[in-house]
Amino acid sequence: MIPAAFDYQRVDSVDAAVAALGEHGDEAKLLAGGHSLLPLMKLRLATPSVLIDLGRVQELSYVQDRGDHIAIGALTRHHVLHTSGLLATDAPLLAHAAGQVGDPQVRHRGTLGGSIAHGDPASDLPAVLLALRATLVARGPEGNRSIAVDDFFVGFLETALRPDEVLTEVQVPKVTGQGWSFQKMNRRAQDWAIVGVACVLSGTAAGIGLVNMASRPLRASATEAALAGGASLADAAQAAAEGAEASADLNASAEFREHLARVLVRRALEESAAGGRSAARV
Amino acid sequence: MEMTLTVNGTSHTADVEPRTLLVHHIREGIGLTGTNVGCDTTSCGACTVLLDGQSIKSCTVLAVQVDGQSVTTIEGLAGADGTMHPVQAAFREHHGLQCGYCTPGMVMAAVSLLAEQPNPDERAVREGIEGNLCRCTGYHNIVQAVLSAASAQEGGS
Amino acid sequence: MSILGNRVLRVEDPKLLTSGGTYVADVRVPELDGAAHITYVRSTIAHANITGMEVDEARQAPGVLGVFTAADIDLGVPPLLPMFNQAMARPLLADGVVRFVGEPVAVIVSERPEQGADASELVWPDYDPLPVIVDPMESARDEVLLHPAAGTNVVLALTYGEDPNLFDGCEVVVSEDIVNQRVAVVPLESRSAAAAWVDGRLWQWSSTQNAHGVRDVLAGQYGLDPAAVRVIAPDVGGGFGAKIGVTPEEVLLGWLARRVGRPVRWSETRSENMVAMGHGRGQWQKIEIGGRRDGTVEAYRLTILQDGGAYPNMGALLPWLTRVMAPGTYVIPRVEVASRAVVTNTTCTVAYRGAGRPEATAAIERAMDIFAFEVGMDPVEVRRKNLIPADAFPYTTATDAVYDSGDYEEALDRVLEGAGYQELRAEQARRREAADVVQMGIGVALYVEITAGPTAGSEHARVVVDVDGSATIYTGTSAHGQGHDTAFATLVSSRLGIPMDKITVVHGDTDLVERGQGTMGSRSLQLGGSAVFEAAAEVITRATQIAARLLEVTPGEIAFDDSNGAFRVAGGDEPGVGWPDVAGASKFDGTPLAASVDFQASEPTFPFGAHLAVVDVDTETGQVRLVRFVAVDDAGRILNPLLAEGQRHGGIAQGSAQALLEEVCFDADGNPVTSNLADYAAISATELPSFELIAMETPTPINPLGAKGIGESGTVGSTPAVQSAVVDALGHLGVRHLDMPATAERVWRAIQDAPSGKGA
Repeated sequence: MIPAAFDYQRVDSVDAAVAALGEHGDEAKLLAGGHSLLPLMKLRLATPSVLIDLGRVQELSYVQDRGDHIAIGALTRHHVLHTSGLLATDAPLLAHAAGQVGDPQVRHRGTLGGSIAHGDPASDLPAVLLALRATLVARGPEGNRSIAVDDFFVGFLETALRPDEVLTEVQVPKVTGQGWSFQKMNRRAQDWAIVGVACVLSGTAAGIGLVNMASRPLRASATEAALAGGASLADAAQAAAEGAEASADLNASAEFREHLARVLVRRALEESAAGGRSAARV
Repeated sequence: MEMTLTVNGTSHTADVEPRTLLVHHIREGIGLTGTNVGCDTTSCGACTVLLDGQSIKSCTVLAVQVDGQSVTTIEGLAGADGTMHPVQAAFREHHGLQCGYCTPGMVMAAVSLLAEQPNPDERAVREGIEGNLCRCTGYHNIVQAVLSAASAQEGGS
Repeated sequence: MSILGNRVLRVEDPKLLTSGGTYVADVRVPELDGAAHITYVRSTIAHANITGMEVDEARQAPGVLGVFTAADIDLGVPPLLPMFNQAMARPLLADGVVRFVGEPVAVIVSERPEQGADASELVWPDYDPLPVIVDPMESARDEVLLHPAAGTNVVLALTYGEDPNLFDGCEVVVSEDIVNQRVAVVPLESRSAAAAWVDGRLWQWSSTQNAHGVRDVLAGQYGLDPAAVRVIAPDVGGGFGAKIGVTPEEVLLGWLARRVGRPVRWSETRSENMVAMGHGRGQWQKIEIGGRRDGTVEAYRLTILQDGGAYPNMGALLPWLTRVMAPGTYVIPRVEVASRAVVTNTTCTVAYRGAGRPEATAAIERAMDIFAFEVGMDPVEVRRKNLIPADAFPYTTATDAVYDSGDYEEALDRVLEGAGYQELRAEQARRREAADVVQMGIGVALYVEITAGPTAGSEHARVVVDVDGSATIYTGTSAHGQGHDTAFATLVSSRLGIPMDKITVVHGDTDLVERGQGTMGSRSLQLGGSAVFEAAAEVITRATQIAARLLEVTPGEIAFDDSNGAFRVAGGDEPGVGWPDVAGASKFDGTPLAASVDFQASEPTFPFGAHLAVVDVDTETGQVRLVRFVAVDDAGRILNPLLAEGQRHGGIAQGSAQALLEEVCFDADGNPVTSNLADYAAISATELPSFELIAMETPTPINPLGAKGIGESGTVGSTPAVQSAVVDALGHLGVRHLDMPATAERVWRAIQDAPSGKGA
């Protein structure tokens, strides 16, 4: 399968990408690792007339210690996240989950920014960023702006990014020493999660992101609130599917997804509470 | 557009339509047909090659995206004198292939895995080839071959 | 020492590992220079009248050399197998009606493949929708006819016994409706072919299991003498039964090449392959089994509804093989089988590894399990009680199969010992007692299947020794991963004393191999190998006569040494003569040193075995993990354990995949929802354990090698073993049966609905 024809434009800076987006408008798509966009283009489910290739924008590939948080360039590849010593210490949930995306070849090419900007509710990393309460940085014609992750995912494959904005950075607060867990249930290792749960827990303060439980990546708000209100882990987990709008597909009915969310959230909380996964298990 | 790609150590410059996938450029443009196409959803891994040493699925990369970079295909793995790479030799020794169609991609995935994890256990090997489908071998002998190649590399270095 | 029975490494591998194979899409020959590319435009609707087709825009698209529809094609409709309802024949392109999503409605010839894909988006068929039948049960009611001229949706109905009192006298009778679901074949190489007219002859390169079969079909379609068609099967990237026949997309290539005056190439995409090559299985079965409370089985009835897909193909015939193998490894005095194959608005069903026998085994093994469940006995003991005893062979079953040789109880004992059955049951009991979240299931299946059948088979071989002492083997089998080059070279090397590296194996080219029947039904070693073996013997006989002349003795005085290929005067110490001498003398006489043999078997053979699967079932999520698989497979004498084990591994994986996670699905409108490898869960390495293989060899008297087929055994035994293990994990909750595949939701629901389930 070969994509429909398009014009290809390679940029070497974020500003050049922003300018190109301004020039081509809705006709253009940004290309990072290409592992969300190219599969759709091959099946001709996406037919952008202009592709703006960010691949050479070296300035967007980094993992940096910024004191209270880690800053990650949007073009940082999953494999780099998975093997980052900094993340292993300060955001082990993200390092671990990055190693669960797709398969090794996908992780060698796919980027954090590309995955996040695609806004797919079945993707692993959006749920991780929800759990970690990340902040996203986008650059547009007027410069940079920060977007709280809770404001970022607005609908199915729809984000708060404006048509002329480029996602440049992801900032995750350090969660050093907190318990964490990533539960992913799928048919085959390479498949999308049927349901996934990303979790960090510190006392009664939890961050819980759900994969594939709505048309957009979803926070398990009711469970988080129940924990904060003193509920037991098991009781709080019973609220995991509240507010969810799980879809039915080949692999699961909505009812089963809701059940899985409750089970996997409970397991995630229990694993987190038991000291969580250590960095060694990343 | 004009682009240059180093494949198995040889530089190739060609005028390539932007929508050309890397795998098609390797097969049709450069003429190396060892790399196969097995699906259209980035699922099967038959098209796996090394890009700057790391395994990638060449069906999900535009050729123009990797302008100036270096690719290794199955044809570039053996030594100049024809000596098989330890992974290739292990696949033969352990009967890790039957029809051969998934084999180039499977071998490249295994080479990349061992570069990152020189001493994997069986679970790690299975996860390391999770992006490569084989319909003939049931993976049993592929896993044995990769484990054996790891030991051979360990012993040889 | 003979190399037979040794783990000889494959001669095929160095090329496959260093430069990759030469599959059809890789073929670079002058005859295909300047080839145009073929793209099929496929129906996006499952059942409709085609009321019009707009193709002008596509014809004007860049690089397009031609766009053709059914109205343009002047080739005939390929005939169906003679036992099918002939009014259901399939036109090469949909002609007025489409009957499944994926059916070709038009074809585009273009300079480049991407131009064909572009132009295909400019072909606009007009459809007037018709009622869609996806469910074979609904089809069987004949309320909506897919082929009105046929007067029915039934392709083929077979009945074997019709005794309403079959279960009279049985203390216990149990029945279950079960589904042997439709699965995708998924050879890693999708269909691929190329065609060229060369000096008035049609040359076709084809990814096929049966080059001579393709030749004969093409000759018939084009009205040519078979000698005017050359079919070449280069390296073939897997077949598994789906590449036995010739599909319309392949038949049309010669016509298109002639029409545009250029050679043409066609390689389908995986998404096309998943909807258009054909699927396997697809049997709805009713099993009824009766017997005594002590576990003795007395009667068994199997009623089959086979989903044939939109047009009759090999799948519609497979219930016949299911019938032959219905009683499995058991002594069952009374057996009845009735089958109907019907058409539906879905992809055609074809042969898939096992082809009719896995369906038989799944049915009888499920029947034994539910019978054991009902009488409250260990399923292993019920099986043991009813096995055909080792001293009963050759054994004629109630469905008239004549099993050649076997020792089923020995296979059962070996698998139980190898797995540590009692320890497994103890561990299972411990987990049940502790109410562990992860429960263990143990499944045991015995199987016997028919290979090189369904009737007595034959195959051709020719062995030639050249003046340089090298040998060439021409075989009518057509390998696509099985390792025939290695196997047949081993046979000749051991027989003639010629080193492996001086032996060439030629197959899959109808100009080079006089005749052949290809590779399918686990026939190649026992028929093709026997032919090679006997041809080698004949070459020795001829060579001995020549050597006698050269050494001036009688042939009876010649001793042939198969370790080095030397002919000597017996008892003497003269050096004698070797293959170059006798081949040279033969050539000097005007005839090459060669022998052709068509080996004819007297009967099919019946390999057997016992498989044991252990699964973990997460009772909260329903997720199943296959943790151990132990297999005893007895395919008679083993020529090369390396190759035989490889066949077993692959079959076990495919069979387990059917039980665990693979299923082709359509929505109610006939839209495929598993039409690529992201949606269809072709099993990967992470869902499988390493397999524990136990050897067993009971030779067959049917051929000189003592060999039976090994290619399909893995799929025949493993599917019911794994399915049984999943059900067994839930047995203490009162679950008696669970259809395949064992998806998490299906397992979870079974637990919710179980008599002693969690229900919460």
